[in-house]
Amino acid sequence: MADFLNSLVGSIDPYMLQILVNVGIAIVLALGLNVITGLTGQLSLGHAAFMSIGAFTSAMVTIKTGLPFFANLAVTGVVTAIVAAAIGFPILRLTGDYLAICTLGFAEIVKVFFLNFEPTNKALGLTVPPAKTSIPMPIYVWVVAILAIILVTFVQSSRFGRALKAIREDEIAADAMGINTARYKIQAFALGSFMAGIGGGLYAHFLSYINPSDFGFLKSVDILAMVVLGGLGSVPGAVIGSSVLASAPEFLRFMSQYRMLVYGALLVFLMVFRPNGLLGGVNVTELLLRAVGRKPAGK
Amino acid sequence: MFLQQLVNGVALGSVYALIALGYTMVYGIITLINFAHGEIFMAGAFIGLLLVSAFKVNVFVAMAGAMVFCMLMGVIIELIAYRPLRKSSRLSALISAIGVSIFLSSLALMVFGADAKGFPDGAFPVRQIKVGTADISTLQILIIGVSAVLMMALEFIVQKTKIGKAMRATSEDYNTSALMGINVNRVISFTFALGSALAAAGGVLVGVLFNAVSFNMGLMAGLKAFAAAVLGGIGSIPGAMLGGLLLGVSEVFGVAIGYSSYRDAIAFTILVLVLLVKPTGLLGQKITKKV
Repeated sequence: MADFLNSLVGSIDPYMLQILVNVGIAIVLALGLNVITGLTGQLSLGHAAFMSIGAFTSAMVTIKTGLPFFANLAVTGVVTAIVAAAIGFPILRLTGDYLAICTLGFAEIVKVFFLNFEPTNKALGLTVPPAKTSIPMPIYVWVVAILAIILVTFVQSSRFGRALKAIREDEIAADAMGINTARYKIQAFALGSFMAGIGGGLYAHFLSYINPSDFGFLKSVDILAMVVLGGLGSVPGAVIGSSVLASAPEFLRFMSQYRMLVYGALLVFLMVFRPNGLLGGVNVTELLLRAVGRKPAGK
Repeated sequence: MFLQQLVNGVALGSVYALIALGYTMVYGIITLINFAHGEIFMAGAFIGLLLVSAFKVNVFVAMAGAMVFCMLMGVIIELIAYRPLRKSSRLSALISAIGVSIFLSSLALMVFGADAKGFPDGAFPVRQIKVGTADISTLQILIIGVSAVLMMALEFIVQKTKIGKAMRATSEDYNTSALMGINVNRVISFTFALGSALAAAGGVLVGVLFNAVSFNMGLMAGLKAFAAAVLGGIGSIPGAMLGGLLLGVSEVFGVAIGYSSYRDAIAFTILVLVLLVKPTGLLGQKITKKV
C-alpha cells in the first residue's frame, strides 16, 4: 500500500505536487476560519497564530515522543483547541472590530512569544524531523483536507451549525431564542482553531522547517482572503478560494518581480467585481443537480 | 532617566497618534479598517526622502510635498478600491484594503529596492539640548511640535469648519446626512485626504528620526497605530491621540526596563488587557444595540 502511494506521488511532477500540497493545507486552514468568520460571523485576524501553535506543538511532539503521525495531529488539534477556548473565553465578549483587533493583537503576541521561546530555538526556527508515518505527506494532506471538508459540511447543517448561523445573522435574536451564544461562540472558535492547529502540523511536517515569522499578520490575512474570496460561509467557496489564492503566487511566478503587485491588484479587482466572493450567493448543490438534469428539491 | 524615556515615548507616541487619526476618522465615517493606511505612511516617508535627496529641499517643504502627494493617493485609493464596495459587506472592503496594501508595498519594493534608505546628512540639524537630567534632541522637539500643530489643525477643521461639521454629521448617521443635503462622497474623499496627509507627515518624521525608510515600514507601524486607535476607542479623535501617546510611552518604557525583544508585543498586550476591561476602548462610546 505504502509502496503504491509512494510511486503514485513520485509520478507527479514535484513542482505540481508542492502546489497541490499547499492547496490542501490552505483548504484545512480556510475551512477552520470559515467556521469562525463565515458561519459564526466573528471576524478573526489572527488565524495564523493558531496555525503556529499547531505547527510548533506538532513539531515538538514529533521531536520528543514517538507518537504516530495521526495521533500527533490529534494531540496537536486538541492542544490548539484548548488554547483557543482559553483565549476565546474572555475575548469573545467583544464584538465586531474590537474582537478583530484583539485576535490580531493576540496573534502578534503569540509570534513574539515564539520568537523568544527557548525550546523552539527562538528566532532561528525549528527543523522538523520527518513525520512518523509510512504514507507520503501529500496523500496525508489531501486525506486530512477531504476529512475537513466532510466535517465542516456536516457541522454546517447540524444543530450546532444552525445555532452558529443564527448568531451570525443576529446575536441578540439568537440569545432571545435560547441559544447560549457565549458557549457556541467559544465552541466555534475552538473548532476553527482545532483545524488551524492540524493545518499547522501538516505545514510543519511538509516544509520540515518552521519559523515564528512565517505566521505573521500577512499569513492570517492570506487565510481570511481565501475565505472571503470564495464566499463567506460556503464550503465549496472556501475550497475554491483557497485553491485559487494558494496557487496564484505560483502561477504568477512567470511575472517574477511583479508577482505580489499583481496579487494585490487581483484581490482588489476580485472584490470590486465579485463583492460577495466567487461563489457568494451561488447554491452549488442546486447547480450540480441542474447539471445532471434533475430539478432541485423544493422548487 | 525617567524624563528622558518619557520624552522618547511621547515622540514615538505622537507619530503613532498621527497615523491612528487616519484610521479612526475613516472608521468613524464608513466603518472600514483601512489597512492601506500604513502603506500611505510609508509612501509619505519615501516622497519626503525623494524631495530632500533629489531636490535638496528643506524638511518642512518635503513634508508639505509628501502630504499633498499622499492626499491625492488617499483620495484615488478610496475612489478605486473602496467606493465600489460601499454597499457590499464590510469584509469585502477589508480584503480590498488589504489588496491595496500588498500592492503598494510591493510597488515600493520594486521602485525603491529592498534595503532601507536614509535621509542625507544635515537634512535636519540635530542638536542635543539638556533639560534637567534628560538629553532632548531637536528632532524630538520637531516631532512633538509638528504633531501637536497638525493635531490642533485637525481639531480646528473638524470642530470649526463647515466641512468638519459635515464630517461629524456623516459619522453620526450616514443616511440622514445624505438626506440633509450633505455631499457624502465629497466628505468621505475629504476624510481620506485629511487622514492620508497626517500619515504622510508621520512618515517623514519617522524617516528623519530613525534615518531609515523601507518598503515594509508601513506594516508594523500601521498595525500599532490601528491598535492605538482601538485602544482610545475607534471613531474618537481624542481617543486616537490618547491611545497613540499611551502606546508610544509604554513601548519605550517596556524597552527601557529590559523587554526589548518583546517590543512588538507590548503594544498589543496593553490593547488586549484594556479591551477586556473596557470593551469599547478608553474614550469610545458604549453603543447600546437596538433590536
